[in-house]
Amino acid sequence: MLELRAITAGYDRRAPAVRDASLTVAPGEAVGLLGPSGCGKSTLARVAALLHRPDAGTLLLDGTPVRRWRHRAPREKRTAFGVVFQQPRLSADPRLRLTDLIAEPLRATGRREAVPERVAELAGTVGLTPDLLTRRPHEVSDGQLQRACLARALVLRPRWLICDEMTAMLDASTTAALVAVVEDYRASTGAGLLAVGHDQTLLHRWCDRTVHWDTVTSAPTGAARPQPKRMSRP
Amino acid sequence: MADGTVEKANPAEPAAAPTAWRSHGTARRSTHTLRLRVSAALVAVTVLAVLLVPPLVQLDQQAVDLAAKLEPPGWAHPFGTDDVGRDLLLRCVYGLRVSLLVGVVAALTATVIGTAVGATAGALGGWADRAVMRLVDTLASVPHLLLGVFIVAMFRPGVWPVVVSVGLTHWLSTARIVRAEVLSLRSRPHIDAAVSGGASRWRVTVRHLLPGVLPQAGLAAVLMVPHAMWHESALSFLGLGLPAHTASLGTLIQSARGSLLAGQWWPTLFPGLFLIIPTLALAGLAGVWRERISPRRRSELML
Repeated sequence: MLELRAITAGYDRRAPAVRDASLTVAPGEAVGLLGPSGCGKSTLARVAALLHRPDAGTLLLDGTPVRRWRHRAPREKRTAFGVVFQQPRLSADPRLRLTDLIAEPLRATGRREAVPERVAELAGTVGLTPDLLTRRPHEVSDGQLQRACLARALVLRPRWLICDEMTAMLDASTTAALVAVVEDYRASTGAGLLAVGHDQTLLHRWCDRTVHWDTVTSAPTGAARPQPKRMSRP
Repeated sequence: MADGTVEKANPAEPAAAPTAWRSHGTARRSTHTLRLRVSAALVAVTVLAVLLVPPLVQLDQQAVDLAAKLEPPGWAHPFGTDDVGRDLLLRCVYGLRVSLLVGVVAALTATVIGTAVGATAGALGGWADRAVMRLVDTLASVPHLLLGVFIVAMFRPGVWPVVVSVGLTHWLSTARIVRAEVLSLRSRPHIDAAVSGGASRWRVTVRHLLPGVLPQAGLAAVLMVPHAMWHESALSFLGLGLPAHTASLGTLIQSARGSLLAGQWWPTLFPGLFLIIPTLALAGLAGVWRERISPRRRSELML
């Protein structure tokens, strides 16, 4: 059970991006979070993946409150989450070949011997040919890179998947392929999913349950992030 | 050829516009390659002279020839002789050798220290970052030369105290550059992805952050070499660096100051040129490098 309770988070304490947001994802459940651009969805997703420490509120992971974030979080808790970001270009280290990109979490957690087998298996799952695996991020397309990023998120067999606008930059066929990969993985392992996005049609068809941002946070969207003063001036 | 294309391009014809744009690009490209070639050639000549001349021609630092003192540039002595009759060309090359050695070693030291400090501050963030950077600010508020003089004064004159002095006072700017780069890299999603993949702080720093700042750190190191050479010359000029009989560009200029007023220009001019020309060549190389690694330049190439 992944429970976010009254989370207030942001990058400036005086103007939090997320205010009082609560959300629950049950194991095996797929929850879609819908909201307008810039409302704080991604920040909430980062909090849920233990990547951003909230200013207030609690995150309960299987009933135990999480107290440590990012590097301070225990490794097995961090790696329980597979995260896919919106922009594959920014979420892939530009120096690593796709093989190394996918294998990096295995190496970081000391499972080097599992690399060849697991990478080959996942490359097949997400639809990357061996030729593509030897290339670097700037030599492949956005869709191919996002496939590699999804493979990287799945390589440690996470119990939770956080897809932050995973398909926002992709064409329909790649979107369908990636969603199918995620669903196959969830069907075989029973992992929970938090999919963030603004594509209502996709999330309605993909997820068991979709929630709109306004029902997640108690503050209305307009008040959640006060517009900076300079925006109102001509 | 490129200029001719530009002149021919008529702004009224829409088809000519791409030609003008492309020829403009190639013209700029050729000045870049010219700068690169000239700088690289000068640096190569300098390094070769410094490496090849000393084994071929030995210099007795103490030998004087008072019969040939203050001879103007001529066939026997291309750069003339100084006030005790020593050949200036040979002493300039030996002086350049010392300056380059000090410059390169001190720049490497400064870059290693600066990168380590900057990367640590940037990777840790929070109060550790603030504390380290305030320390850097405090050190930077003391003039380099003053701090350098203080360090040199603690040792006997020689090459290594100068290296230590320059190295320990010049890492501050590198630390700032590296920290700023690390901070901007740290907020990228690929670092988030690495954290989520279970990477430790050390692994994130070494595998994902440091490779990203190496081009900038390398550029800072190259730009630091001339800086360190000037610093060494300044210390020697003040009589604090190398012992007075050792050929160093700073000591050469310092000892020739008196004869400059009497109209003998060569003992100061040539060491000065030996200091300025490698400096400009290295700065030219660094400039080319900077243009290669700057993101704006890269996006121009993509267009």
